[in-house]
Amino acid sequence: MAILEASNMVVDIPGRAAGQPFTARILPGQRWGVLGPNGAGKSTLLHTLAGLRPPRSGQVLLDGECLTQLRRRQLAQKLAVVFQERQDSFPATVQETVLIGRHPFLSPWQRESGSDLRLANQAMDALSLRLLSDRLVSTLSGGERQRVAIATALTQQPAIWLADEPTNHLDLHHQVAVMELLHRQAEQGAAVFMCLHDLNLAARWCDHLLLLYPDGELCFGPADTMLVPEALERLYDQKLSVGQINGAPVFVPG
Amino acid sequence: MLAALGALALLVAVTVGSVSMSLTELWMAVAGRGDPLFGELVFSLRLPRAMAAFATGGLLALAGALMQVLLRNPLADPYVLGISGGAAVGALASMLLGLGTAMVSGSAFAGALLSTLLVFGLAQGRGSWTPTRLLLTGVVIAAGWGAVITFMLSLSPADRLPGMLYWLMGDLSYARSPWLAWLVLIPVLIVTLPLGRSLNVLARGPLQAAALGVAVKPLAWLVYGLASLLTAVAVTTAGSVGFVGLIVPHMLRLVLGNDQRIILPASVMAGGALLTIADTLARTLMAPEQLPVGVITALLGVPTFLFLLYRSR
Repeated sequence: MAILEASNMVVDIPGRAAGQPFTARILPGQRWGVLGPNGAGKSTLLHTLAGLRPPRSGQVLLDGECLTQLRRRQLAQKLAVVFQERQDSFPATVQETVLIGRHPFLSPWQRESGSDLRLANQAMDALSLRLLSDRLVSTLSGGERQRVAIATALTQQPAIWLADEPTNHLDLHHQVAVMELLHRQAEQGAAVFMCLHDLNLAARWCDHLLLLYPDGELCFGPADTMLVPEALERLYDQKLSVGQINGAPVFVPG
Repeated sequence: MLAALGALALLVAVTVGSVSMSLTELWMAVAGRGDPLFGELVFSLRLPRAMAAFATGGLLALAGALMQVLLRNPLADPYVLGISGGAAVGALASMLLGLGTAMVSGSAFAGALLSTLLVFGLAQGRGSWTPTRLLLTGVVIAAGWGAVITFMLSLSPADRLPGMLYWLMGDLSYARSPWLAWLVLIPVLIVTLPLGRSLNVLARGPLQAAALGVAVKPLAWLVYGLASLLTAVAVTTAGSVGFVGLIVPHMLRLVLGNDQRIILPASVMAGGALLTIADTLARTLMAPEQLPVGVITALLGVPTFLFLLYRSR
């Protein structure tokens, strides 16, 4: 268990006037969703929370310690990032790729042990990748690569998940499978913070929402208080119709 | 297996030459008995040269393997990045001035380091360097050095030209002291071995590597510094031998996969063996004429590489 905390953090987006400072604690068991139009800075916010880029002001704390004070290795033992973009310049198999999630836990001379391999296999099972385990990642489809990336993060056994569009490229079945997986992670005490494009996935699977406007303004709170059609229409600059299916709100454009 | 191949290459290099000897004669010479001519031949001529060839090949292949991972680009190698061009300009300048062998080596080393700083400094620009930018800067600077080399060749008196051309194509006939090369090769290999898994992660991009706990900046600087040092020493020992740094790591990746913990030591062995065999061929094929070893590495390396590439998935 670990707590990620943003304290007066302003994300540094070049060419944009200082946005509104963000102060919040992401607690174990919570599932945060970040919503916003293209270019609002969702990925930059996520990278800043992961300590991959410095905030313009304020700070990010992990269990009360500023990220800049921590070694990357210590950070990686608690926090995993699923990126939207990936580079596979050199050929590697699915299993090799999933296994690098153990990197933060191994010393330089240590090789992956049987238990590391077991964790990688469990992660591949969880994302139904077992049959692809010896395939080269470069030969997979976009959705399969997305599942490989999530399996790699799962192998890292993080207390905090920062996921950038984890359902990108996924078919409907795997979208639900990944959301259920992240839900289970949260139930077991992990904190999940993800950027999402799909309003309905966010409404269905997140308990906290953060709305990020293109001018840097933001507001956040429990999901049911944030799913106000007027606020969402202003967010996306798009008329929305709201329906109810099985007691949950469903948003469609129009 | 690669280690055995390396040892075999060294053995062949020591026994074959204008005066061939059998294994028994070699053993007698090593033991200090038998014909003193053989002892002299082995210890002051063939062994130092074979050792120099092996170390140079190892240095170049390791430098190439490191740079390919660092730049995440299969085209990266010390020659493409302009490091050897700088070394060549340094060496040719001192040959043109008629300076001695020691000065030639010294200025080759200085040229390599200058070129390294130039490429990395300029690629840094005002922001941080990206692999593409570094590679482009290197290619352009290499082209610039190429022009300077042609200019110097056209200026030089006819009697110095053959020496200069041999140096440019890589030549081990003046490599009498392999020790510097070995003194650099072995410690650098020992330093890079524990970095293998971090380099595997770095090959997946700096952000992903950082998210998996790799301190990217220090690692990148260390790798670039080491690769430059390796190249500078290799060029100082044997002139600019092409293709080894580019081809050897790739051949191994096609055969062994892409785990740097295996590729790095394997590159040293295979690069060393390749250059030792190439040098043995260079001095025996048209004996008593000696060919520049760079010609042989290219002639051996290009078809092998193309075959492996064609056959791979």
